[in-house]
Amino acid sequence: MLRYIGKRLLSLIPVMLVVSVVAFLVVYMIPGGPATAILGMEATPDQISALNAQLGFDRPFFVQYLDWFGNVLHGDWGNSYFLQQSVLSAIGEYFGPTLSLAILAQIFALILSVPLGILAAYKRGTAIDVTAVSISLLGSALPGFLLSMFLMLAFSVYHHWFPVAGYAALSAGLGEHLRYLFIPALSLGIVQAAYLTRMTRSSLLDVLYRNYIHTARAKGLKEAKVVLVYGLKNAAPIILTAVGQSFGSLITGTIVTETLFNIPGLGMLTMSSINRRDVFVIQGVVLFVTMLYVLVNLVVDVLYGFVDPRLQPGRK
Amino acid sequence: MYFTRKSMSEASEVIFKEQRQLRKEKLLANPALIIGAIGFLVILVVAILVPLFSSVDPNAMSVTERFKAPCAKYIFGTDEYGRDIFIRLMYGARVSIWVGGCVAAFSCILGTIIGVYASYFKILDQILMRICDGLIAIPGILLAIALIAALGTSNWNVVLALTIVYTPSVARTVRASAMVIKEQPYVEAAKVQGFSNFKILWKLILPGVISPLTVQASFIFAQAIISEASLSFLGAGIPAPAASWGNMLQDSKLVFSKAPWTMICPGIAVVVCVLSLNLLGDGLRDFLDPRVKGGAKK
Repeated sequence: MLRYIGKRLLSLIPVMLVVSVVAFLVVYMIPGGPATAILGMEATPDQISALNAQLGFDRPFFVQYLDWFGNVLHGDWGNSYFLQQSVLSAIGEYFGPTLSLAILAQIFALILSVPLGILAAYKRGTAIDVTAVSISLLGSALPGFLLSMFLMLAFSVYHHWFPVAGYAALSAGLGEHLRYLFIPALSLGIVQAAYLTRMTRSSLLDVLYRNYIHTARAKGLKEAKVVLVYGLKNAAPIILTAVGQSFGSLITGTIVTETLFNIPGLGMLTMSSINRRDVFVIQGVVLFVTMLYVLVNLVVDVLYGFVDPRLQPGRK
Repeated sequence: MYFTRKSMSEASEVIFKEQRQLRKEKLLANPALIIGAIGFLVILVVAILVPLFSSVDPNAMSVTERFKAPCAKYIFGTDEYGRDIFIRLMYGARVSIWVGGCVAAFSCILGTIIGVYASYFKILDQILMRICDGLIAIPGILLAIALIAALGTSNWNVVLALTIVYTPSVARTVRASAMVIKEQPYVEAAKVQGFSNFKILWKLILPGVISPLTVQASFIFAQAIISEASLSFLGAGIPAPAASWGNMLQDSKLVFSKAPWTMICPGIAVVVCVLSLNLLGDGLRDFLDPRVKGGAKK
């Protein structure tokens, strides 16, 4: 198991190297250098080149990259000139709401998609199956923020069941926290569920006609046990991978949706940084979110090893 | 038994006819493909023809006509600035189709070149695929946001950013199919006969990757439309006041609670367009898959 985890970790090195180059390029590519973004429109070319030189952006590409990369490894992700704080502390401050929203959305997605997917696979070809597949097809064509707007209209504007927008921190009480996050999390969860339903259905269909399922039925086990224990257990690794892989779209969905609901998360931070051309923050967010995404997938892969004993070394 | 040239051509005629018949049956057994294609074609025709049959400027503002609910004059109502939503919707289709089409075309061309070469040359494969892995690891919209933040907002920068986002997945798909074809005996035969690498890649391997590529192109088309809408909604996409569906949604962000039509109309447009393209992609996948006969998998 340790060797498996080690191997997975090693394979992440080239990925993270490429990611770091891309994140670096985001700042490097700015026409006129980062100083133009920091100083704004009114700056004279002299001021710009002076600040570029002061910040070291007049050095060759590789020197700059290595210097920056060393700093990143040491936890120095640069400073935001507008927030007057380091990029890492800004990310730390804004990460909480995004994490809450993403977790809640993932919970909604699983609650909706797994039962629906199981039902659709079990009742293959019936009206239930067709409905489930159609709904998930519709969901995959629906951007999360759009569904948020529809739900906001229905639940918050016409019926005042939930607050229209805004955010209550967890310190204001769990109930209040969830009340504010309910609509954005539900809409993101539904969009996520569209994909997971299809994955659950197809992975279960793959196993439901196997011989061990016939055996389980033949020896007189209850249908519920056959499908939920024997079937689902074997379909679980694929569902798990799907959850990990769709985490990226979940977190970007969160970023877009936050701006609609005025939730002070990474999305709001990114958007206000774009308006201020605060490129170091954007660079930091790209690096941070990608690391998170890669880590989530690593955890999923390791869990996969636990769920699927064939992957464990020493057993073939 | 002798085959004269005439009987040969007659025989092949029969086979062709049979194949055509089979293809027709397969098409008719594939409602997703038909519905998706019709939906997409309607939007495409509207997008192309709208300047011909409407002389109204999509950006024309009218202070007295603000927030008009859908009525006979404005069938989808007007927005905050008194602009006709129906007209803007049709012009928005032009933007979405343009963005989606450009991104699908560019990422497929680039991705094919990368994928085909990666499948054929081992060292190149290692380098290119690691770069693709890295790019795929960055969540798509976030990468696009970062690129646009660096480059500034413009129509072409949106296309450029999204092309960078989607090219790696095309490259992966193309590489995977090309790897299978590379092992086929006819490619081996061509190698032995001394065909140049260029000829093998583009004459023998490329035709085999076209069908997975077509399927993926339609999905990327759809994804790019969603991404454009999301980016414009965030204010990092098509520069305002251009009529794009994402811009219309952004305009409605603060006013949709009192004028819901400003959100519902572009919202439904996005969903219908993306749904058509997804159906088209699903349908094409079944249609082009030789294992699928008459709609159901064997």
